[in-house]
Amino acid sequence: MPSHVSFIMDGNRRYARKNKLKQVAGHEAGYFALLSMVTYCYELGIKYVTAYAFSIDNFNRRPEEVQSIMDLMTEKFELLCRKDSVVNGYSIRVHVSGNLQLLPQHSRDAANKLMSLTVNNFGLLLTICVAYTSTDEIIHAVEKCCEEKWVENDGRTISLADIEKRMYMEIAPDLDIVIRTSGENRLSNFLLWQTAKSYLYSTSALWLEIRIWHLVWAVFNFQRYQLLQKKEE
Amino acid sequence: MPFSLHFSPTPLITAPSPLSKPFFLVPYYHTLHAPKSPLCSSMEHALTHQGKQEAFDLRPEDSQTLPLGLRRDAMPSHVAVIMDGNRRWARLRDLPVRSGYEAGVESLRKIVEICCKWGIKVLSVFAFSSDNWFRPKVEVEFLMSLFERGMQEDTGIFFRENIRISVIGDLTKLPKALQELMVNLEEATKNNTRFQLIVAVSYSGHYDVVQACQRLALKAKCGLIEPSDINVSLMEQELETNCTEFPHPDLLIRTSGEFRISNFMLWQLAYTELFFAQSLWPDFGEAEFLKALLAFQQRQRRYGV
Repeated sequence: MPSHVSFIMDGNRRYARKNKLKQVAGHEAGYFALLSMVTYCYELGIKYVTAYAFSIDNFNRRPEEVQSIMDLMTEKFELLCRKDSVVNGYSIRVHVSGNLQLLPQHSRDAANKLMSLTVNNFGLLLTICVAYTSTDEIIHAVEKCCEEKWVENDGRTISLADIEKRMYMEIAPDLDIVIRTSGENRLSNFLLWQTAKSYLYSTSALWLEIRIWHLVWAVFNFQRYQLLQKKEE
Repeated sequence: MPFSLHFSPTPLITAPSPLSKPFFLVPYYHTLHAPKSPLCSSMEHALTHQGKQEAFDLRPEDSQTLPLGLRRDAMPSHVAVIMDGNRRWARLRDLPVRSGYEAGVESLRKIVEICCKWGIKVLSVFAFSSDNWFRPKVEVEFLMSLFERGMQEDTGIFFRENIRISVIGDLTKLPKALQELMVNLEEATKNNTRFQLIVAVSYSGHYDVVQACQRLALKAKCGLIEPSDINVSLMEQELETNCTEFPHPDLLIRTSGEFRISNFMLWQLAYTELFFAQSLWPDFGEAEFLKALLAFQQRQRRYGV
């Protein structure tokens, strides 16, 4: 089984338009779709799940949309903090990855609270990428390396491991599978560093149309590739 | 082996202003110890003997027409290719692996020709990954000799067709003769403006970011920048794709049905449209390339908005 699966949850706005819903309703329904996929991953024995919830580029959307997403995010983080929430039921540790300084205070506080409340859960690590782009993550890690590394060990070469240790995503291993919905075939600045060897699966289904068989199909193809690689070796 | 190109008389790109390398030696990935004479003997030989090569087929009118459905205004400026499937192609035909690689070189020549014809400005090809050093020694040695042979044989064409060659990757791991050839070819073609071929050899996306980070760390150590100054622009000045005006591929094509990036140009592929072709690389021709470009032109690129 793959250890780490990620989701680019694309298509909420299109789903809302298709079903004549308000845009925020599309995003809210997207949250429930994520919880479903996380529980499927848990049942399959996948230990790490990462979801691309909000890119730094998304701040360029209409202010009303950005505001509604921030409010929705705060509301859902607070909901997950409750004792009876699904994260406690499945012992899911939640980590929020990204440049959290870009978030409004209320969203940042809710994220930090959820992270500290679930830090001892060990069933599955769910990383939600918010105010995130890979290039921002890499720049942040490179900046840290330049600040810390050459001062500590003057003259020593900065290595790949040095940079990885300072990434937002150092909490999880490299990605095995990237699943993108709504038919787009691009990474959109998501986990570029971690996707070096990942299997990329794109489905034309919108995020809210994703079902367990999409996940199973992706896992099946991932395993098929693993077998072929072993055979070649 | 020469190939025919149908080229437009007017240059399609302006020469990018080369970003200056730091004045101090960077002692890690980027130092080359090859002498930088403008022309090495093999290139002089190729130029003086060009008359003996086949004259290629010049049909200027072809350069102005595109296949039906393809829009010139929506052509990608930079196409990247992961040329996968050479070995499988050979195995399927009960041929030795080297035949697959040789067929792959022919396929590349055809695609370069088509790029020139259709107005694509930059083509990057993943010729040899950092991970490929773990392949059998005989295979690696053959590939090195193939690169050397290919560059020598096509030198005359690069000059005649105004093609700029750039090589990215950790060249210090290559045989000295090949290093020298590549460096000299880059230097000699750096002012060519019609088309740029970027060959990634001993390259990986991780390597590129790490070497950029090392260069920035040295600059910070020398007081040229503060770590807090590091931004997208500073990073991109240090990445090896600083050799081109168009460092971000618009389209990435991977052949042989594999759905992965395999550590190619990770930073640069942030918003690149990905196209996965089923053909093995030696079989990837004009028809499939057209299919990839048509698919690219249908895509809506939103950049997160």
